[in-house]
Amino acid sequence: MPSYARDVAVVAFAQSDHKRHTDEQSEVEMLMPVLHQVLAATGLKTGDIDFTCSGSSDYLAGRAFSFTMALDGVGAWPPISESHVEMDGAWALYEAWVKIQTGEADTALVYSYGKSSPGSVRDVLTRQLDPYYVAPLWPDAPALAALQAQALIDAGEADEKALAGVASRSRAAAAGNPHAQLRGERPQGDYAVQPLRTGDLPPVTDGAAAVILAADDTARRLCERPAWIRGIDHRIEAHSLGVRDLTDSPSTRQAAERAGAFERPVDTAELHAPFSSQELVLRKALGLDDSVSVNPSGGALAANPIMAAGLIRIGEVAARIHRGESARALAHATSGPCLQQNLVAVLEGQEGEASR
Amino acid sequence: MSKQPVAVTGIGQTKHVAARRDVSIAGLVREAAQRALEDAGLDWPDIDAVVIGKAPDFFEGVMMPELYLADALGAVGKPMLRVHTAGSVGGSTALVASNLVAAGVHETVLTVAFEKQSESNAMWGLSLPVPFTQPLVAGAGGFFAPHIRSYMRRTGAPDTIGSLVAYKDRRNALKNPYAHLHEHDITLEKVQASPMLWDPVRYSETCPSSDGACAMVLSSRERAARAPHRPAWVHGGAMRSEPTMFAGKDTVSPQAGKDCAADVYRQAGITDPRREIDAVEMYVPFSWYEPMWLENLGFAQEGEGWKLTESGVTELDGDLPVNPSGGVLSTNPIGASGMIRFAEAALQVRGQAGEHQVDGARRAVGHAYGGGSQFFAMWLVGDEPPTS
Repeated sequence: MPSYARDVAVVAFAQSDHKRHTDEQSEVEMLMPVLHQVLAATGLKTGDIDFTCSGSSDYLAGRAFSFTMALDGVGAWPPISESHVEMDGAWALYEAWVKIQTGEADTALVYSYGKSSPGSVRDVLTRQLDPYYVAPLWPDAPALAALQAQALIDAGEADEKALAGVASRSRAAAAGNPHAQLRGERPQGDYAVQPLRTGDLPPVTDGAAAVILAADDTARRLCERPAWIRGIDHRIEAHSLGVRDLTDSPSTRQAAERAGAFERPVDTAELHAPFSSQELVLRKALGLDDSVSVNPSGGALAANPIMAAGLIRIGEVAARIHRGESARALAHATSGPCLQQNLVAVLEGQEGEASR
Repeated sequence: MSKQPVAVTGIGQTKHVAARRDVSIAGLVREAAQRALEDAGLDWPDIDAVVIGKAPDFFEGVMMPELYLADALGAVGKPMLRVHTAGSVGGSTALVASNLVAAGVHETVLTVAFEKQSESNAMWGLSLPVPFTQPLVAGAGGFFAPHIRSYMRRTGAPDTIGSLVAYKDRRNALKNPYAHLHEHDITLEKVQASPMLWDPVRYSETCPSSDGACAMVLSSRERAARAPHRPAWVHGGAMRSEPTMFAGKDTVSPQAGKDCAADVYRQAGITDPRREIDAVEMYVPFSWYEPMWLENLGFAQEGEGWKLTESGVTELDGDLPVNPSGGVLSTNPIGASGMIRFAEAALQVRGQAGEHQVDGARRAVGHAYGGGSQFFAMWLVGDEPPTS
């Protein structure tokens, strides 16, 4: 196992009921109940939190400094020690975990949110691509994911039936998740971008999530069964799709290795795979077999609040550990076109001897 | 448990200008990063992780540009983090990178901040219409001018103080080869005769729009021992945030700024900042923010900051030189401006600031702020490793 200065655990997790539209709510109004829930779960108040870190995107919000409004909602008074990443909340959690490792904080509040409904998220995400050579062509995320899916099919590693299997299993699992947007199976439908059918695509989602981290004895005090982060790491790949093998995710494997994921099997994995084909790529990179329960929440195919969907994967496995439904679980988050950047965390319910 | 000491072993900047049409965004950040690596005597494979920061993505029109910049910054196969905390981001980015070393997670981290303002228009990037929200329209200057008026009324500072700051910073910039504005014929009269933009802020009391990048290599004690040049050592670093607007907010001297400075001084064992600190690089985008931050950061009593400026204390050869590099008033690639403050403070204690070196500087402060005077980042660097 990787060795760190301190044992840090997820002690609470909350998320919104994810929806296609939240026209009646601002980002802050969507986030506030989630913040109240996660704090209530621990009995902590904003003023008790040593460090706060959030993840969100100005491009989704359609305005500069959009995170400042959310900060007003947090109630940053008296002033708080706080930071923000323009990344999925999973990376905000990583920054908070590092902060706790320095010894400057014992507790951290991590939150993220995204409203995809006000604009055309397919168009918005094209602005993420190389601004000189690729973005001017406006290739959207489903089109790029379809290239990846076709590469898998051409390599003989998947067929449309396998893709449909992922989609159907995910939404069936989501029937048991009250926060999910697509609860229960859906028809695969027509091609969205061949070979991906509408069922292979994630829904367009508005949603928010929050996590509280705590170290050592503080974690034990705040939570009956803390979800200890045994390892966490993230890695990025080249941006240009032309220099990548899209049927594999070496950065996921690298992060998993660094997080100690391969030292013992996990019983559960929450993978941030917005497209059905991407789950197959991630399963291969992580060496997950059928004994592992993959995306029991339904995953991003059942609810995909961009900027929060990765943090939710960590929260979902932590909640399972809190409830005693998992002993050792893996959570994964992704960012960028075709799984360019990946984060892996390994969480356990067992007390510290594994890392000591 | 205690934090690992963090050293600044490499610093690189681009020559800041209004428009770098000769390079892409990737070319711009790589230029600064390459210079920081050369200064640290390192090559790309020596870097464990990359932490990048910039202000709003609308300033270039690229969403999460770090994804596209991974190759140019040698980050492939490594962790890459992207920080965004408004105008304070350059400082926050350096602090996030510093924490990776302090926590013992990595040994050598490259941190980079940039803005290529010529790709877009920052004022309009800040003024996108948002439902149910008061449009800003006037850019940052329009937002901060009333706060400056409030300072003037509160302290009775003479109208000319702002022009003294601008005249000093623009002259300091002449000694800094990387500064954007090199106004060789600057005079105090010219500053005072320049057009009024946002009363009381005149054209020459305002930061320019710049294209530029800044990079630093941060190292553990062990790695720093192998560095070819003397490092700067981080003695304290902190971030503080408060809401944009609320009843009782002190927009002139925000509590978050005071708390941030107090935390840094506590970590560094500083009890009398005015005497114990040798040089300050503070975030002064509009001239009047020098006296305002002198008070907020504890260098002067409340209401007394302008007297330090007026009496020449903050001049390059004064008792407490402020912005020897020429500051944000002479160079403003927004996302990088905070990191430039942090890097310039490190240059001072390394004795590498060239013509704008403060003689014998042993302890220096780098400071940045952002949003509606609500996000603060600050560090204190010294020429010796911290003892505790």
